Amino acid sequence: MAMNEYTIALAGNPNTGKSTLFNVLTGLRQHTGNWPGKTVVHAEGFFTYNNNRYRMIDLPGTYSLYSNSADEEVARDFIIFEKPDITIVVLDATALERNLNLALQVLEMTSNVIVCVNLMDEAKKKGIRIDTKKLAATLGVPVIPISARNKEGIDTLLKTIDSMVLGKIKTNPITVRYSPEIEQCIEKLIPRVKEVIGDAYPARWVALRLLDGDMSLLRAFQQQPLPSVKEVSIYACHGPAKSI
Amino acid sequence: MVRAKISRLSDSEPGERFRIAKLDINDDIMKRRLLDLGFVPGCEVAVLQKSPLGDPTAYRVCNTTIALRKEESDHIYGERIYDGNE
Repeated sequence: MAMNEYTIALAGNPNTGKSTLFNVLTGLRQHTGNWPGKTVVHAEGFFTYNNNRYRMIDLPGTYSLYSNSADEEVARDFIIFEKPDITIVVLDATALERNLNLALQVLEMTSNVIVCVNLMDEAKKKGIRIDTKKLAATLGVPVIPISARNKEGIDTLLKTIDSMVLGKIKTNPITVRYSPEIEQCIEKLIPRVKEVIGDAYPARWVALRLLDGDMSLLRAFQQQPLPSVKEVSIYACHGPAKSI
Repeated sequence: MVRAKISRLSDSEPGERFRIAKLDINDDIMKRRLLDLGFVPGCEVAVLQKSPLGDPTAYRVCNTTIALRKEESDHIYGERIYDGNE
């Protein structure tokens, strides 16, 4: 029987045990190198589960996807342009507040997200208790408590991954609401954004990045192949003035 | 009760605690960076230690240790927390 292959991206802050989880899942079936043209380490591994094959990419550990460092650009571009089937966000259970910043950023970009709260053993030692069910209800995506180094919670994670690629899990990610002024601008921008880049990208997120003056994202878009024939014809009509 | 005076984070000494009131920065990238690192208004910061030459300084914020240079911590304003005024 032919296996389907799915891509999983692993995102998370530095020192959350992201790479420990990566090693637990992929074992020795992995190779590392650099991202093309960047001095950022690229780690990729494979595993199979329930007759599906998974390619897993360990994204660089970052606190954010917006601050214009090479690491953050790599992570952002992978999620937006490579469109992994699932993005797993690994959180440090002992510093949830800090870690949720990145989780919310990823949830603005894609709805195929599983949140892993790692280092649950350490949190327990420190007397921190985490209501992962409530967190899942608030974030609108599955939240799995794990302890990667003790291999706890890995079965549940694999089952959740399996259910998600089979379309058995419907996520409903939380939408971060901004001030009325910003929301008005977003509303105005979304139709224009869709006109230019089509439906292939999260329009609300792109509108937010434009409002933030994110030049690095615009440059990344310019390096992408044109999304539709329609757009080509529109710009062809305007003769030599082709800059977007 | 006298209100605690607003000061710069860079003026705080190791062992002190500090509550952030605002980030006064024109450089958008640096501002975003500091916010992403957890230096958010309302947050409490503990000053851990200075490096031998006095710069950078290590801070504890949101349960993680982050070192900032003076040129960064100069832009973070707030008040020192004394055991009396929490």
